[in-house]
Formats: sequence, structure tokens, C-alpha cells
Amino acid sequence: MISLDINGKKYEVDVGPDTPLLWVLRETIGLTGTKYGCGMALCGACTVHVDGEAIRSCVTPVSSVDGRRITTIEGIGKTKEGKAIQEAWIADDVPQCGYCQSGQIMEAVALLKTNPKPGDADIDGAMSGILCRCGTYQRIRRAIHRAARMMAKGGAK
Amino acid sequence: MREILNMGRRDFLKTGTLICGGLILGFYLPLRESLSGVSNPTGGPFMPNAFIRIGTDEMVTIIVNKSEMGQGVYTSLPMLVAEELEVDWSKIRVESAPVDPAYNHTEWGVQGTGGSTSVWSEWERLRKAGATARAMLVKAAADIWKVDPGSCRAEKGFVIHNPTQRKISYGKLVEKASQMEPPKSVALKEPKDFKIIGKPRRRLDTPEKTNGKAIFGIDARVPGMLTAVVARAPVFGGRMKNFSADKAKAVPGVKEVLQIDSGVAVIADNFWSANKGRNALEVVWDEGTLAAHSTSGMREQYMNLAKSPGAVARKGGNPESVLSNAAKQLKAEYEVPYLAHACMEPLNCLVDLRSESCEIWTGTQFQTVDRNSAASVVGLKPEQVKIHTTFLGGGFGRRANPQSDFVTEAARVAKVVKKPVKVIWTREDDTKGGYYRPMWYDQIAAGLDGKGNVIAWQHTIVGQSILSGTPFDPKADVDPASVEGAKEIPYEIPNILVDLHSPKIGVPVQWWRSVGHSHTAFVVESFIDEVAHETGKDPYAFRRKLLVKHPRHDGVLKLAAEKSGWGRPLPKGRGRGIAVHESFGSFIAQVAEVSVSAEGEVRVHRVVCAIDCGKIVNPDTIKAQMESGIVFGLSAALYGKITFQNGRVEQSNFHDYPILRLSEMPLVEVHIVSSEEKSGGVGEPGVPPIAPAVCNAIFAVTGKRIRSLPIRSEDLKKG
Repeated sequence: MISLDINGKKYEVDVGPDTPLLWVLRETIGLTGTKYGCGMALCGACTVHVDGEAIRSCVTPVSSVDGRRITTIEGIGKTKEGKAIQEAWIADDVPQCGYCQSGQIMEAVALLKTNPKPGDADIDGAMSGILCRCGTYQRIRRAIHRAARMMAKGGAK
Repeated sequence: MREILNMGRRDFLKTGTLICGGLILGFYLPLRESLSGVSNPTGGPFMPNAFIRIGTDEMVTIIVNKSEMGQGVYTSLPMLVAEELEVDWSKIRVESAPVDPAYNHTEWGVQGTGGSTSVWSEWERLRKAGATARAMLVKAAADIWKVDPGSCRAEKGFVIHNPTQRKISYGKLVEKASQMEPPKSVALKEPKDFKIIGKPRRRLDTPEKTNGKAIFGIDARVPGMLTAVVARAPVFGGRMKNFSADKAKAVPGVKEVLQIDSGVAVIADNFWSANKGRNALEVVWDEGTLAAHSTSGMREQYMNLAKSPGAVARKGGNPESVLSNAAKQLKAEYEVPYLAHACMEPLNCLVDLRSESCEIWTGTQFQTVDRNSAASVVGLKPEQVKIHTTFLGGGFGRRANPQSDFVTEAARVAKVVKKPVKVIWTREDDTKGGYYRPMWYDQIAAGLDGKGNVIAWQHTIVGQSILSGTPFDPKADVDPASVEGAKEIPYEIPNILVDLHSPKIGVPVQWWRSVGHSHTAFVVESFIDEVAHETGKDPYAFRRKLLVKHPRHDGVLKLAAEKSGWGRPLPKGRGRGIAVHESFGSFIAQVAEVSVSAEGEVRVHRVVCAIDCGKIVNPDTIKAQMESGIVFGLSAALYGKITFQNGRVEQSNFHDYPILRLSEMPLVEVHIVSSEEKSGGVGEPGVPPIAPAVCNAIFAVTGKRIRSLPIRSEDLKKG
């Protein structure tokens, strides 16, 4: 049995230790907001936070996160950065098909946690690992700047 | 919603049937024409429609018959209804339509989403749906008050009696309105009275796409469901010869290993076990006739074909003799590769097959075709098969498969495993799975007179037919999708010939965002640029002179040039390129600003896009779709190629089939022409002009002409 702490809730799961965290989240726990895109850490759709750091859950064996604090898209709105990013995403109408957006948001939140006022180059550097086939990149840049401004003014509404 | 469709057809036609405490508005409009080859279980020239449900709780549900794949139809189509219904926008929610003739495409006769047709094809039907509902609600209120309906108005979900200012909410009128006869005809608003149409509105689906709640096909689940991964032949047309399941069955979680039509399905408790099982599976394939297929061999074949005359798509004047006698001749060869759609959500399909019913959850663009194909596979009647259309994690044409490949395969797995099962394609399966944008080879020539006027144009196209064998098969020598954008060039040239070779190759091809235009715009708009430079003219001014009979082309070209600062100096090392193209009823010009490094790396800094798509519904959606089309086209121009060696697709995942990353995103500015023309599409037309605009800019800055995509840095390296 592996113990998982996901969005503040405890789970005991009986799965093969090499099973990627992605599939445990999606299939064992039922949190389908985290997406499968490539299985090789190439597209970032599967991004979640482990102890506050953005990781690619498609290549993370579940045994390696035993007992660690995991946050997914379903829980990110409870953080102040997550709330600001979600509101900015809505204000700038970022998503199109939406499939990559969980990964985009998780990576953007991780960026704001370490760099509350990112410049364009910071955004480009942090966000280029998350692919979007619909081409929402321009709006992602804009929305991260908006979220940063919201945070500076005392956080999301 | 499913209950509604279980009603008899007569009940449905009677309209105003009270169900679940809500008003279901049904009405019907004539269908223009049915497609041959697609069976339609109910038939008949008139068909019912059901798009609106108003609850006693005041919620207004719009049942949307188009698939939401990012293009914004779950917002733009409700806007059409809401405009006429006079409803409080915050009360609107969206439901995806089940499969029913009521929801057929107004032009196609089947239910489906594609061809950048959603808004213009529903422009009238959905406004009428809204207006009819409003008229019935107004009549209901007027009857209660015993006043003339003409003395009442509807506003934000209320009917108001003008003289007395009494008001009743729609929710309170549901029961009364449900007993009303629908009006025979309704007047639609004049555009000057629009409150919603034409004004930017945020997408309704954004909140659930930012909190993980949006359900895509891959997220669908039913109790007791298993997951399958399929081993398919490594070569198109190959068949399974024999297999050993022992090692696959030894993987914990693997339940069954079963032969199906397309290969061997490994069925497990979960994806990871199924995928491990497939990796352990031993299969011997009969690789079939394409076992030695290669891109280089195909290229040679295409070049040979181009030497002989093809099927004539267009002929005007005396192109051959004028060309051969011209003072100057320009000739060029262009080529583009196969391309995969590479939707972010790999293909998948969940099927729950029972003895008398079959339920399918998937992100599809082609509901009627998929339902009928699945029914035939599982041996049920079409009406026993239900499709739940989820959100699509990208479509771009791939999820409108004329063979229903990903749906029928899942139905076949369900048939043998006899339990609910979801087939998941890995990224590698998806990339190698075929149904690509065809590879094309073009020869193009122009004849100039002594003054530099273009007097002849000859364009030979070689590539597989997309429409052949689909419900849209023209059953003619010339597949219109192969020559669209090349046949009807807007430039005034007196002698013109466009001909086509359509070789039959066993690689499955399909419509890929902008279809034929994805290739023809690159060839035509690059070559016209070559001709302009050859005559020493500015490529923008040169085009305008030839666009005298095409004011909408000229209009967007001029707007894009002005907004981009065409002709004004740029920082050192940057160049501008321009292109204009009409597709799907919309006219788009783009100016790209590009630099090329000493290593030959191309950087696109800025794209100015001007669009005339006629009457507009949601300007913000138009901008988003232009941004999207530009990124999609840039990915193809800079990176996209599917190639073959020994019959096998050489690409597999995003490392060898890359798409644009955020750091490579140019600044995109979109300018919309104000127009009262019929609405055109916006999902696809942003794609075609970007490759030629970028390549023309590369020429401007390096003097090197790109005639083959994707652009190769080694061709642009200095020295």
C-alpha cells in the first residue's frame, strides 16, 4: 500500500509501485483533471505539484511520492496563486479546447510562487514545457501578467 | 435530454411538450439536401429540432449540436439563441446534443462539426429557435394578463407588459407556454438591434476548463469499466498473422488479450497494465503491400506523375501556348509532407455494449456517421446506439473520421470483451495512426509579357484525394478538396490551367485544419511572391494590382499592410512577408515579421492578421481562432512532417513531431473588417496564409526561397 496526500486528503492505494502518478490520480483516485498527453514528459499536460514543485506526473512512479504532499488542478484553487491564475484565465479567456490547461495552470502557479512578478522572459522560460495545440500561448502570457498584478494588489477577488 | 429523443416522432412534432418541468421547443425546417451514402434512419424532407429547454428554475439550457473542440461553439451558438430569446445570459447553460436528425448539419444532412461551418449554418435556425420561444413566452404572459401580446416585450428572462410594467419571469411561464402552438413565422431582429451578436463575450466553458471539471472523452467512466490498448499493424494495410498472449497475460491487471479486426487488444483493469501488457505482447504481422513504402519513393512517383497532364480542374484561355511563347517563364516545384493532427488529447472511445443497447462516450466531430458505423459493427439498430459527445481535446478534423476508425475499433473491442471498455491510444498510437493531411507535390509556372504582366499561369498538383470514399465523395476526376485555393486564385490572369493527379496510396488521409488550402495557399502565395520579385515589384503592390475584381481580398490585404507598417523600416535582420487567401467563406491577409539566425533558425516575431469573415457573432472568438490558426500553421511550417521508411511512420511523439512552444509564440494582432456580408468560417481560415507569409519574409530577409515544408535550418544557414 502506498500513502498519498492529495489536495489535503489522505489515500491508501494498492497499485504497482512503478505506476505513474498520473494514472493513479486519474484511474485509482478518480481525479481526471490531470491529463495524459505524451507519457514522456514532453508536453506537460500531466503537471501537478509535489511539495509545491511542478512535476510531470506521467513519468513519476507513484512509489516516489509516497507520503509527499500532492496538489492537482482540482485543489489548486485553494491557494492564493491558484485562485489568481484561475481568475486571470477566465478574464483573458485563455482556454480553447482546454485539454492542456490543467498543466498550463499548474506550471503558471508554480512560477508565481517562486517569482511573483515574472517578466516575459521568465514566463517564456517557465511555460515552454507545456504544449498547447490550440495556440493559447499569447493569452497565457497575458493572463500570468494579470494574475501577478492581482496578487500584487492583494490577491484574487 | 435522452428521454426527449425516445419520444415518438409525432409527439415531437406537436411541439410544446412538457418534460421535466421545462419547455422543450421543437420545430422543424427543411433540410437542403441529404448526402448520398449516409443512411438516415428516419428520412423525410422535414426534420424536428430541439435546441432550447427552459426550466421552472429559470435556467435556460441550450442544446448545442456542434462539438466543442476549442473553437468556441458552446458560446457562439448560445449567443445566437440568446439574442432572440431575450434571456439573462447568466442563466444559460449548455448541453451537448444527442444523436438525432433534429440536430443534423443544415447542409450536410448528418450531425457533425467541421468545415468552419458552425456559425453560418446555424445563423438562421438558432435565431429562429430563440425567436419562436420568445414569441410563445410572450403569448403565454399576454394570455394570463388578458392583453394584446403586441403590448408586451421580453427582456432578460422576463415578459413585461409595457403599459402597466407588470412582469413575469420565463420560469413562471413554462407550463403555460408549453401548451401554446408555436407561431408559423417569427420576425428576426434587425442587426442594428443586436445586443449580443457582434459583441465580445467570454466563453461559457472557461471556468470548468480551469478547475479540472471539464470532461473529455478520455475522462469518461462507467462502473465496471475496463481499459484497452490495441496493438495495430506497424504498416498501413498490414494484418495480424499470429500472436502469443502469454507474456502479456502475465502482466498484473491484464484481463484478456483478444484479436480484433485492427490487431490485438490488451484489456486490463487500468491503462498502465494494458499498456505494459501490449509492450509484452508478441505479434507477427503480415505487413502487406506497403511493407517497403518510403517517402523518397513516393516523391519520385509524384514527380514522374507531374510530367504528364492531369485531370483538368480549371482551364481558361490558352495557357500552354501563351506560356511557351511568353517573353519570360518562371517555373518552380513545391512540396509539403504528410501531417498529423496531433490533438493534445490522444484518441479514445468508451463503449458500454448491452444486448439491446450501446452507449458511447467520446469526443467526436461526426456523430451520425459514428453512431451508424458502431451500430453496424455491434449488430444493433442505429437508434439503439447513443453517443455522448464530451469535450474534444482538439479535433482539427481528426475526430471526424469517415470510417469512424477510433469508434468502430472500440465497438469491436466491446463486442469481444463483453464488458464496458475504454480504448485509449497512446501518443505514439495517435501519431502513427494515419488519416494524415496528404503529402503534395506541385509544379507551377507563370508566363510574363515584355512589360512584366502575368499572362499565363499553370499549376499541376499531385496528391491523394481526401474526399474519395467519404460521404462527401464528388465521384469525379477532380476532388475539389485537392485543388481548393489553387483553382479559384483571385489574381487576374487571362490564361490559366490547373490540373490534378490523384494517385492511390495506401496511407489513410483526411481533412486537416483548412484541408486543401493548407497546401495550396503555401504554393500560390509563395509563387506569386516569386513572380513579384522577378518583375522587381513590391509584393504587396503587385498583388493589389491583380486583385481588381476581388475587393474583399484587397480589403484585408490593405488592412494587414497598413497595420503592420508595410514598407516602413524594420530593425536590422528582420524582414516582412505578406500573403492573402480566401477559405471557408472568409478572407484573410497576414504579414509576418521574421528574422533568421546565422545557424538558419527562423524566429517569427510578429504576425498582423486582417480578416473579413462577413457578419460576426463573437469578435473575441474570431481573434482567438486567428491566434490558434497561426500557431497551428506555424507548427507545420517550422516542424511538421510525417515520413515513411520501410512502410513505417518515422515519427512517434512530440520530440520528433514537435509543435510550437510558448517561447516561440509571435506577437499576434488581429484586425476584423466590419462587414455585412454572409458569415464565413473562422476555425480554419487562419491557417493557410501563415506559411507563405513566413516564407516570403524569409526571402525578404535572406534572399532564399523556401519551396519545401517544413522549413529546414540547414537551407538557411549562412555561408
